[in-house]
Amino acid sequence: MGGNSPCASCKLLRRRCAKDCIFAPYFPSDDPHRFAIVHKVFGASNISKMLQELPIHQRADAVNSLVYEANARVRDPVYGCVGAISYLQNQVAQLQMQLAVVQAEILCIQVQQEPMILPSQPPVAAMEAGMMDGPMDHKSGLGGFLHSNVLPSQYLSFSSSSNVTTHVESLKRESLSFLGHDMVS
Amino acid sequence: MPIGKFMMSGAGSRCAACRYLRRRCSKDCIFSPHFPSSNPQRFAYVHKIYGASNVAKMLQRVSEFERSHAADSLHLEAKCRVEDPVYGCVGLISRLQRQIHNLESEIAMTRALVMMYESSLDRRKGSANGH
Repeated sequence: MGGNSPCASCKLLRRRCAKDCIFAPYFPSDDPHRFAIVHKVFGASNISKMLQELPIHQRADAVNSLVYEANARVRDPVYGCVGAISYLQNQVAQLQMQLAVVQAEILCIQVQQEPMILPSQPPVAAMEAGMMDGPMDHKSGLGGFLHSNVLPSQYLSFSSSSNVTTHVESLKRESLSFLGHDMVS
Repeated sequence: MPIGKFMMSGAGSRCAACRYLRRRCSKDCIFSPHFPSSNPQRFAYVHKIYGASNVAKMLQRVSEFERSHAADSLHLEAKCRVEDPVYGCVGLISRLQRQIHNLESEIAMTRALVMMYESSLDRRKGSANGH
């Protein structure tokens, strides 16, 4: 900014706005509130030091985030941005629980569906992994279902935690031993 | 004999802020309850980002009851800013928002799968009863 039009910072600080003023690109004179709020929270000299430590191409983002933080601090003098962080972390925790519930529903449906599809499922490669005793259709049906494209294997690791995958594997083992007792006669 | 924070001008009893600022720590020092000498890094972070006088002003602006929370949040924000000089804690907010968006998508997709399985189950039950 030239001497004719000081930037918002130099106006507030009542000083001459030099051609190479570090604030001028980010605090235009048409938005005095922007600099006023960061100056209130951080102070002009701290802002200047922070900007000087950054390469030029990152300064605009830095200023925007400082303005955001300063606004949050003025709105909430006790918690500032940390209030928003706590709120978002709670939301994440709730959504993770919801996801776990829905994924458990999928597993329940799988268990319900297996007896229904046993007669029609062809043998699948899963049997050869050593999980089955022999190529009997009902057993292969179970393994086949769990490895079929109804539930792609990628989905088993779809969850954000490994618990679902572990649970699915234990369901497979339980179902196989159940079939071993009841189906072979 | 009482010792510790009740002694004035003792070199071993200054809070972290007064040690950092190399000044006497008075009985009513606004920093001392929140910046103990056992954790000098805590004050170093807030001083680097906000400066001592801004921190003092911000603490004075809130009630005594809320000052410890204010000091904690200022410390957290300052620490985030030191670790990420471009985005500070706003970077963390962005990451959490993306995580929320991803979780919501995952939940929606999983619910759609549940509906698909349930309708498949209904169809199979229907065809089994028909035979």
